[in-house]
Amino acid sequence: MGRIVGIDLGTTNSLVAYVDERTGLPEAIADAEGHRLLPSVVAFTPQGILVGEAARRYLVRRPEATVYSVKRFMGRSYEDVKEELRYFPFAVRPADGIVRLQVGDREVTPPEVSAVILKTLKERAEGHFGEPVEKAVITVPAYFNDSQRQATRDAGRIAGLEVARILNEPTAASLAYGLHRLREGVIAVYDLGGGTFDISILRVKGGIFEVLATNGNTHLGGDDFDRVLMLWLLEDIQARHHRDLACRPVDLARDNEAMQELRLAAEAAKIRLSSEERTTLILPFEDFIYRREITRAELERLLEPLAQKTLGPCRQALADAGLGPDGIDDVVLVGGSTRVPLVRQRVQQLFGKTPHSQLNADEVVALGAAVQAHILAGGISDMLLLDVTPLSLGIETLGGIVSVLIPRNTTIPTSAREMFTTSADGQTVVDLHVVQGERELARDCRSLARFELRGIDPMPAGMPKIEVTFLIDADGILKVTARELRTGKVAAIDVTPTYGLTEGEIERMVEDSFQYAEADVEARMLIEVRNEADTVMTHVRRALKQGGHLVTEAEGAHITAVLEELARVRETDERELIRSKTVELNRVTERLAQVLMDAALQGALGTRRAAELMESE
Amino acid sequence: MGALATIMDYFEVFGLPRRLGIDAQTLQRRFYELSRRYHPDFHAGAPREEQARTLEASARLNAAYRALRDPIARIEYLVQLEEGRQTREGATVKPQAPAELLAEMFEIQEALDETRAGDLAETARETLRAQRERLMARRREEGVRLTGPLAAAWDAAGPGERSALLEELKRALAARAYLQTVIDDLAQALGDDEAP
Repeated sequence: MGRIVGIDLGTTNSLVAYVDERTGLPEAIADAEGHRLLPSVVAFTPQGILVGEAARRYLVRRPEATVYSVKRFMGRSYEDVKEELRYFPFAVRPADGIVRLQVGDREVTPPEVSAVILKTLKERAEGHFGEPVEKAVITVPAYFNDSQRQATRDAGRIAGLEVARILNEPTAASLAYGLHRLREGVIAVYDLGGGTFDISILRVKGGIFEVLATNGNTHLGGDDFDRVLMLWLLEDIQARHHRDLACRPVDLARDNEAMQELRLAAEAAKIRLSSEERTTLILPFEDFIYRREITRAELERLLEPLAQKTLGPCRQALADAGLGPDGIDDVVLVGGSTRVPLVRQRVQQLFGKTPHSQLNADEVVALGAAVQAHILAGGISDMLLLDVTPLSLGIETLGGIVSVLIPRNTTIPTSAREMFTTSADGQTVVDLHVVQGERELARDCRSLARFELRGIDPMPAGMPKIEVTFLIDADGILKVTARELRTGKVAAIDVTPTYGLTEGEIERMVEDSFQYAEADVEARMLIEVRNEADTVMTHVRRALKQGGHLVTEAEGAHITAVLEELARVRETDERELIRSKTVELNRVTERLAQVLMDAALQGALGTRRAAELMESE
Repeated sequence: MGALATIMDYFEVFGLPRRLGIDAQTLQRRFYELSRRYHPDFHAGAPREEQARTLEASARLNAAYRALRDPIARIEYLVQLEEGRQTREGATVKPQAPAELLAEMFEIQEALDETRAGDLAETARETLRAQRERLMARRREEGVRLTGPLAAAWDAAGPGERSALLEELKRALAARAYLQTVIDDLAQALGDDEAP
C-alpha cells in the first residue's frame, strides 16, 4: 500500500493533509505561498482553468464563468436545487438526472468541477513529497446520500485519484481529536461547514470509535448565513438608494457582479461579527457608495432560524442513540460556521456543556482524513472507526410503499438479503427500485437506482428464487448482487443511477480532464495581472464618476491618462507592463480614494478619518 | 477468515449460547474484538479476494451485532432461527391486534377514518392523544414483558416447553408491532412528530 493522503473537499475551502512518519501526527500541506486552505472555487477562462484564490478573485469579474460551492450540487438534480439556483451566477438547464452547469460556453458536471480542486491538491501533495500521489481518503458530510457519495468518488477518479475511502467529516474530526486529547466516553460532533450540517454521536473506547447515530442537513451552512445577510442588505440598499445618480431605479439583483461583491462583503461582515460587536460595511457600487453599520444582535436575529434548524437533527440523533443530552460526555465543534457565537450558544444550551474547539475548525477534518489514510496504509493499528449509514435503505414494493432493508444508523459495512421471484410465466427480467430515506412512500424518498436483473431462465411464475444481496460498503456506497438459487447462476444486473454519471461518462471525463488542462503558469499569471488591472480600472472609473469633482482638474486629467494607458496595455501580453501600469494607477488615485472614503464616512461618523476607522476594525 | 460468512448463526458469531439473556458489556467487547479482526480498514492492502472475504465477514458481523444488541430485535431474530426461516430481520411477525384491545382498536380506526374526511375538532384531538398515550404505555409494557419475564422463561425452559413459549413470544411481538402501526397512524392524524 503506497502513500495515501487525506483530503477535505469542502464547500468553501479544501485542503490536503498527511501523517508525518516521524512524529505520527497529521499535518496539512501548504502551497508555495504558505496557504493551507484552497478556496473551493474554479474559474473557466479562455486561457485555461483557474483554481483557488485566483479563481475567487476572478469571480467578481466574470461570475458566470466561475463556480463556487459546487459541493451543494454534488449528486443532485435540477429539481433539488432549482430554488437556490437564483442565488448562483451560473446557469443550469432543467434536465433529468444530475445537475449540469452552464459555464461560459461549456457544460460541466459537479464531479468535474470537484475533480479540478482535487487535482490541484494532488499536485500540491506531489510537490511536497517529490513523488506521485495516487491514493486519497476524501471526506464527505455524514448525511450525504449514496448519490452524493458516488459523485465524490467519481470526482476522485476524474482527478486521477484512487479513492481509498469516502470518510464522514464528523467522524474524521473525532479521529483527529482522538489522536490528541479526547478522553474515553460518548462524544457529540457538531459540524457546521460552508454548505452542510452534520451531527454524529460516537462512543470512544479502547481505540474504537463507534458511531452510534448520525443526522444532518446537506443544504445548511455558512452559505445560507451569508445569503440571509445578503438579502437583508439588498433590501436595505434598495430602500435607501432606490434611484441611482441618473435617477434610474436601482436593481442590483440583476447585476451579477454587484451581487457577488455583496455576497463576499456579507461573508466578510459575518466573519468580523464573530469577534466584534459591530462592524461597518462600505461597498462602492457603480453609481453610489453603500455604507451601513451592522451589530452582532442584528446579525443574530437573521441567523436564529438557521441555528434552530440544526437542533432538530441533534435531538433525533440523541434519540436514535438512545441517549439524553446528559449522556454526552464531550461536545466537539467542527467547521468554520461554528465560530459564530450564536451557534456555540445554541449548542451549549442543547447539550448543557461547554463545547470543545481546540483544534482548528477549518483543518480538523483534513487532519482526521490523514489519520484514516494512515490506518488504511497500515501505519496505525490501534485505532478503528466503525461508522454508520445515515439513511435507511429500502426497495419500492407494491403500491409505492418502501420496504426497509437496512435501517439508518446501521454500522457499515453491512448487508441484507432479500428473495425475489417472477409474477408472470416465462418472465426473464425483474426490476428493482432502490431508495434511501425515512419516508413511507418511495416517491417521498431519494431514488438511488433502478436495477434490472436479467437472464432468468424462463419458468412458471413464482418458481425462480432470486436472492438479491444489498451491500453497503465502508464508504457508505451500495453494491447489489443477485443469484438464482435453483441454478446458482449469478444474475446479470443493469444499474441505472437516478442521479449519477454512467461508467462511459466518467471514462470520457477522465480523458477530457487531460485536454482541459489547468492554465499553465505563464497563462495563469497573465490572467491574474489582467484580472487585477480590470478590478483596479473598474474601481477608478467608479471613483471618478462619484468623486471626480473632489480632486483638482490636473489630477483628474492625470488619472484619466494613466487609466487609458492601462486599458491599452491590458490588451497586450506584456505581463510586466500591465503590472507596473496597474501599480501606477493605484498610486495616482490614492488621494482620490482617500477623499471619497472620507466623504462616504462623514455621514454618521463625524470627523473620524477613514484611516483610523479601518485600523480599528 | 471466511468462517464468519454464512454457516454460523448470529449467536455463534459472538461465541454465545442461543439465549436471550446477553450481557451488553460482553457483547460489545466481543464486537470490538471481532471488528478489529474483520474490518476492511485493516485489510486495505490485502489481495482482492481476501478483501472481498473480509468485507463479507465484516458486513455479517455488523448485521449480527445489530440483531443482538437490541433486546427486542434479538427476540425477533431468535424466532426466525427457531422457525428456520431465512427472512430478513424485522419481518418475523405480521402485526396483529392483541385480543383484549380489539374493541378499542375498532373505535380508534373509526375515529381515524373520520379525521381523514375533515379537520379534527379539539375534543377529538384530545381523545386521540389520550388514546395514543395509552397505546404507547401498552406497547412499552409489551416490550418489558418480552425482554423480562418471557425472555427469562425462554432461557430457563426445557425442550418440551419451548414451542408454547415460542408462540407466546410471537404473539407478543405481533401485538407490539400492531400497536406501533396504530401509534404511527395516530401521530400522522394528529400531525405531531413526537418521537415515541
